[in-house]
Amino acid sequence: MGEKSREEYWQRNIKLVTQCLVVWFVVSFGFGILLVHPLNAISIGGYKLGFWFAQQGSIYIFVGLIFFYSNRMGKLDKEFGVEEE
Amino acid sequence: MSLTVLTYLVVGATFALYIYIAIRSKAKNTGDFYVAGKGVHPVLNGMATGADWMSAASFISMAGLIAFLGYDASVYLMGWTGGYCLLAMLLAPYLRKFGKFTVSEFIGERYYSNTARMVAVGCLITASVTYVIGQMKGIGVVFSRSLGVSFEVGILIGMIIVFIYAVFGGMKGVTNTQIAQYCVLIFAYSVPAIFISLTLTGVPIPQLGLGSTMADGSGIHMLDKLDLILVDLGFAAYTAQKMSTLNVLFLTMSLMIGTAGLPHVIMRFFTVPTVKDARSSAGWALVFIAILYTTAPAVGAMARMNLMQTIQIGEVGSPTGNIEYAKVPEWFKSWEATGLLKFEDKNGDGRIQYYDEKGLTTAASFGWKGNEMVKVDRDIMVLANPEIAGLPNWIIALVTAGGIAAALSTAAGLLLAIATAISHDVLKGWLMPDITDQQELKYSRIAIGGAILVAGYLGLNPPGFAAQTVALAFGLAASSIFPAIMMGIFSKRINNKGAVAGMMVGLGSTLVYIFIYKGWFFIKGTAMLPDNVDNWLFGLNPQSFGTVGAILNFIAAYTVSLMTEEPPERIQQLVEDIRVPIKTEHSTNA
Repeated sequence: MGEKSREEYWQRNIKLVTQCLVVWFVVSFGFGILLVHPLNAISIGGYKLGFWFAQQGSIYIFVGLIFFYSNRMGKLDKEFGVEEE
Repeated sequence: MSLTVLTYLVVGATFALYIYIAIRSKAKNTGDFYVAGKGVHPVLNGMATGADWMSAASFISMAGLIAFLGYDASVYLMGWTGGYCLLAMLLAPYLRKFGKFTVSEFIGERYYSNTARMVAVGCLITASVTYVIGQMKGIGVVFSRSLGVSFEVGILIGMIIVFIYAVFGGMKGVTNTQIAQYCVLIFAYSVPAIFISLTLTGVPIPQLGLGSTMADGSGIHMLDKLDLILVDLGFAAYTAQKMSTLNVLFLTMSLMIGTAGLPHVIMRFFTVPTVKDARSSAGWALVFIAILYTTAPAVGAMARMNLMQTIQIGEVGSPTGNIEYAKVPEWFKSWEATGLLKFEDKNGDGRIQYYDEKGLTTAASFGWKGNEMVKVDRDIMVLANPEIAGLPNWIIALVTAGGIAAALSTAAGLLLAIATAISHDVLKGWLMPDITDQQELKYSRIAIGGAILVAGYLGLNPPGFAAQTVALAFGLAASSIFPAIMMGIFSKRINNKGAVAGMMVGLGSTLVYIFIYKGWFFIKGTAMLPDNVDNWLFGLNPQSFGTVGAILNFIAAYTVSLMTEEPPERIQQLVEDIRVPIKTEHSTNA
């Protein structure tokens, strides 16, 4: 792995992590905290939406995010030939 | 069969199971102590990490806090799960690539400095001891109720059992025991939750039950009804926000980065077989944690509903609207015996009035002379919940066993981390390099004993409910360890001086802020300011301050590093290496 592709691999990694962390921030700090009041005006079942994000939704999305990240990183490793045996 | 006998039986049976598995696995896996998880399927490994991670705070304390804080307790739910995203994306794969065993070893090597390593050890011990205080509080509650003794005696029994368990050792490293502990723990948590959800809403899945309508045929949504009941009695609505938004934000952030900075959690990812596994095993761990964490909001809300309906049996203000003390259910009396639940008949009418004195201004016109539930310890809710819902005794015994499993697995893990830090990093690595392995082991046992004594003593007058005390520990980890590791991976410019300055500033500022409100070294009576919102800086409570500490840590580390020299070439190359999963050639090596 040359210096150039090493640098590119790292930049792609940073980009992916940044994208994932934006989602991470939006569902918890965004929907669950900062926007909780406007979202609470909407109801899904007996849940107010903001409350649901804070106590249920964000947790489900966290789980999904980690698997998404792990899957994408696996592909990136393959593309750059740095996959483990 | 009486509850006490059943409790002995169920707790005894689960202990026998753990020991049996430990002995059987040990024979196969000698020498595998540190590489727990190697060759174990990532799913099972995730389960074991879940047991390691979920402590008395998650199991016993959290739902109780949710019951009384409502929406505000979301900070614990999001904080203690969201941290796994940071762990999976920012730390775990790189630490796995680095391939050492402890956090302080990584910091010592990345920052090419024994001072940095010792400062990291100091941070690690401070956070871990605080964490164990929270566990002791939780264990004390469990034993006081199940053995029918006072809280003080409960904590003493807990100290002895934790000591034996941790010194016996080994068990922590055996992944199979932890898998068994996870199964006991999650079964014990889910069964009462399912029953209670069925009774209240007719829906067997608690996560859905919480959003359903009441089963009493009224057609009203469970959460709406809870809001109504509470507001009628002068309390804030369950789903309303009570803390300041800034505090909610900072507390959540502090718990998240603290999760990613706690030594006993990070250590698990040093030992998975590959970098790829390090990424996904964080996901699997979170799956198993999420099962409990998405159930907890339902347990909390339903426990509060049942508690309110037990006491307020009729209309608010009507002479027969409140339950007569002579007619309270059995569970009420047994919790009174522990001193964790207290009732005072202030107006002498022989009935219990439970309301918010500030919120219910019309109380005096009903002849009420103040809230008579003078103490409701939040940590009793999960244990009392099955009793309040009238579930059979074997379920109550099971919950006790689950609580003990949760508290023991985490306390033992943390105590071993403390002991390793003292005997291995401080004594062997610095003060007494010549001691033998035998002596090292002896000192580590003394360290465990010492840590339990300190934690048990402070647990008698804890700085908060179990989950709140644990939250302080997260703040300490957030302000010190997490920034040091993250900068070590994502920046090549941070040098030894910067890292040391950052950790000292982060930990120091957070500790001082906590001690000002909670007492110096958590000793009762030494607090300098009352612990309430009027005295907090920017309205931030001591649990939230970890975020500020972390920000100060980043600033200090960057400033000091930029003013001093770049790290040596070999360190910059080390950083390059940990960023790539496999060993690769350096073109600059020539």
